[in-house]
Amino acid sequence: MGLELFNTFILLLLVVAAIVALRVKDLLTASVVFGVYSFLMCLLWAEMGAVDVAFTEATVGAGISTVVMIATIFNLKRKSSD
Amino acid sequence: MKKISLIPVLLVGALLVYAAQDFPEWGSPNSPASQSPVSSHFIANTGVDTEVPNMVTAVLADYRGFDTMFETVVVFIAGMAVLAILKNSSKKKAGSKEFEVDVEPDLIVTNTVRLLIPVIQIFAFYVLAHGHVSPGGGFQGGVVMGASFILIALSWDLDTALARFPADRCTLVAGLGIVLYAGIGLLSMFLGGEFLDYAELAQIFPVSREMARYHAMLGVEIGVGLTVTAIMFSLYANLSTEGRLKGGL
Repeated sequence: MGLELFNTFILLLLVVAAIVALRVKDLLTASVVFGVYSFLMCLLWAEMGAVDVAFTEATVGAGISTVVMIATIFNLKRKSSD
Repeated sequence: MKKISLIPVLLVGALLVYAAQDFPEWGSPNSPASQSPVSSHFIANTGVDTEVPNMVTAVLADYRGFDTMFETVVVFIAGMAVLAILKNSSKKKAGSKEFEVDVEPDLIVTNTVRLLIPVIQIFAFYVLAHGHVSPGGGFQGGVVMGASFILIALSWDLDTALARFPADRCTLVAGLGIVLYAGIGLLSMFLGGEFLDYAELAQIFPVSREMARYHAMLGVEIGVGLTVTAIMFSLYANLSTEGRLKGGL
């Protein structure tokens, strides 16, 4: 029961993070929220027992790709046009 | 227009939720994945064939070694593509937007990072070398290693990081990783086996055929780690400066 509740909570947060990442105008905010999304996925995978996948998601998804996206955004206009 | 596009989105979403009810229960022994002969074969034979406790690493680096080799090549090609595109575009508008870093590196940040970097790099080596026994392996270890160089670039400046890991050496190390991986594969081919059939390496090293597979897996993981480390750092260095490799964040 506790695990079920934890899963539901993470999945709800995941949906919220996905919607926020699409809706915000500021690209820097969007990429940070993407990092949050990746980390929630990592938690979900770790809880399912797929620790290798969770580890990759934590390093690549939440770590490097957020840094690379932020590094790129500093060379762009910050606002998304739509 | 946005209202109309909401309708197909909701329809497809409802269809997905409906289809998801057909999924097997999580962890169910009756699910198609658990019932297929492939997974039960790996569960029964990985420990006997390769003496590797972590089945994920054994499947990735040995049974499906060909797949992982080309995944590494994909990482390499992605890095080279970014390099090629940004090198050209930065030549065209050279000097158009040169911004200098005038802020001194912060004392607290640099000293904290000075303490962190050795720990991060040792952890990267641990993840790489311990990938057989615990979660981890070449990709994760390489990314953690590359992140330590990015941390140097973020807390001092890019020049400090490039002094420790020059950009042309990044390309060299990335290629070297793939050569190491393919070289181990070719070596086992020359010894009479198939490409990436590590067990044949037991002919030239004083180990059993199982332990030859165990150690060759470490070899290819080191190859993957080298490529990923170099490409991750070169990606950051090029993307943050639009290919000029000067100034940056």
